[in-house]
Amino acid sequence: MTISTDRLKAMFAAIAVAIEADKDRLCALDGVIGDADHGIAMDLGFAAARDATAALGDDADPTVVFNAAAKAFLNAVGASCGPLYATAFMRAGAAVKGKAKLEADDMVDAFAAMAKGIQDRGKAEPGEKTMIDAWLPAAEAARQARAAGASLPAALAAAADAAEQGAEATRNFAATKGRAARLGDRSLGHVDPGAASAVTVIRSMADSLADA
Amino acid sequence: MSGCGAAKGRLIVQTKKIVNDGARAVEEMLQGVLAAHPRHIRAVEGSPRSIVSLNGPRPGKVGLVIGGGSGHEPTFLGFVGKGLADACAVGNVFASPPPDPIVECAKAVDGGAGILFAYGNYAGDVMNFDMAAEMLAMEDIEVRTVLSTDDVASAPPGEREKRRGVAGNFFVFKAGGAAADRMLPLDECERILRKANDQTYTVGVALAPCSLPQTRRPNFEIGPDEMEIGMGIHGEPGVERGPLRTADEIVDDIIDKIFAEMAPSRGDRVAVLVNSLGSTPLMELYIMNRRVAARLADRGVETHATWVGNYCTSLEMAGASITLHRLDGELQSMLDHPCDCAMFRAG
Repeated sequence: MTISTDRLKAMFAAIAVAIEADKDRLCALDGVIGDADHGIAMDLGFAAARDATAALGDDADPTVVFNAAAKAFLNAVGASCGPLYATAFMRAGAAVKGKAKLEADDMVDAFAAMAKGIQDRGKAEPGEKTMIDAWLPAAEAARQARAAGASLPAALAAAADAAEQGAEATRNFAATKGRAARLGDRSLGHVDPGAASAVTVIRSMADSLADA
Repeated sequence: MSGCGAAKGRLIVQTKKIVNDGARAVEEMLQGVLAAHPRHIRAVEGSPRSIVSLNGPRPGKVGLVIGGGSGHEPTFLGFVGKGLADACAVGNVFASPPPDPIVECAKAVDGGAGILFAYGNYAGDVMNFDMAAEMLAMEDIEVRTVLSTDDVASAPPGEREKRRGVAGNFFVFKAGGAAADRMLPLDECERILRKANDQTYTVGVALAPCSLPQTRRPNFEIGPDEMEIGMGIHGEPGVERGPLRTADEIVDDIIDKIFAEMAPSRGDRVAVLVNSLGSTPLMELYIMNRRVAARLADRGVETHATWVGNYCTSLEMAGASITLHRLDGELQSMLDHPCDCAMFRAG
């Protein structure tokens, strides 16, 4: 099954619902090692992305949807997650440019481009206790699953599982990037809020496309 | 919009605030600020988060654009005015502004001599201001960036570039604003800003948390008899937590940390900022300043000027910071240069 513009819009709506439901937990996680606003920023950003993509006409192609999400997220939020997720969506849009609908491989490419975009913008490496610790293993798991012949839903489910393991592993890392970097070893034992929210985003993407 | 009201498994009483709707706090504050200071500032048409000086920008002058999250008032927008910053991009509470309002600020104050971005060193601000600079480069507007890194407690010596910018922004922006107001070229303005930052040292202490208007929940936990040295202006944990001590002991600890790095010599001149993080009153700040003055005199350091009050706050956080800004002839002249801003006047 191919992914239409409507499916992408529904995916952004699903992410917004999941993040809103998760807002308090993300704020609380951020309160431990940051400034307690991560849930608010993510909620603002994905609500804006949902509204902007929902407002697009039927003639919008997937690239237009991703770009609209990027711009809306960025302008609603700023902060750190604004540039990071905006870059992710712009890269996803660029990865599928010219396509009217997305095949399974296109979606996996877009997913990989999101992870790469976040990494490029944030200049983070694995193990630095950032959302990259969820996004990079997720993208790799999706690619491997797809290469092994998995369906798109199976590949995205594998990505979500890998993101979850990656986020859980951030407990063992001392932060060296972002605001928590100032904590150094005092950040040990706590899950990075950006990695935790990445799991929610990726899981809701997978759930939304589970019958694709 | 509902906030992050309840932590896991526990009911937390919301803090008291005078707001209408936490989600609209920044917009409503800006409306009040513009109503109060119509002779100093305006918002860029179509870009309400871009606050511009009425009298500062002019042809041939470098445009100084500052900005950052809200919740630190009078930092940042209160320092927009002739002789100081030309414009300020206003973010959500404790969150960097996105690139668009930054770009609009720069365009509104571009006098053809280049734009200088000055802001505190935080990952989010760096990403958003860098994206804005990339967008402006495409429109042939030259941008230079200077990050303030005055918070001594936020990274070890030798890693100054990793430190965050806190209350010392005040001196850094002041120097850059004066340089630009004197019509110095972009290279010179940038050099003076960097020099001012290099000579600025801040250490803070927090006694009680603040709460965001959207969450109304304390943003960190601290015991009734505890304080935290080196806590950031967003509640980022500091370097050490311990029992609350006397004003003199706190000031001694802060001054010792600053002197250890600044290594002032007899005869050096400094400007002093004793800053409240929000709810610590002037009485306590002046009690602190009494000890600061004594320590400086004891060390043979001359105090050129002192500011005491709310300059870089963290909403209603309790606590204070001390900043020392070492002056040479050039930095002193920049500090003494007159400025007339919405929330600050000098000279």
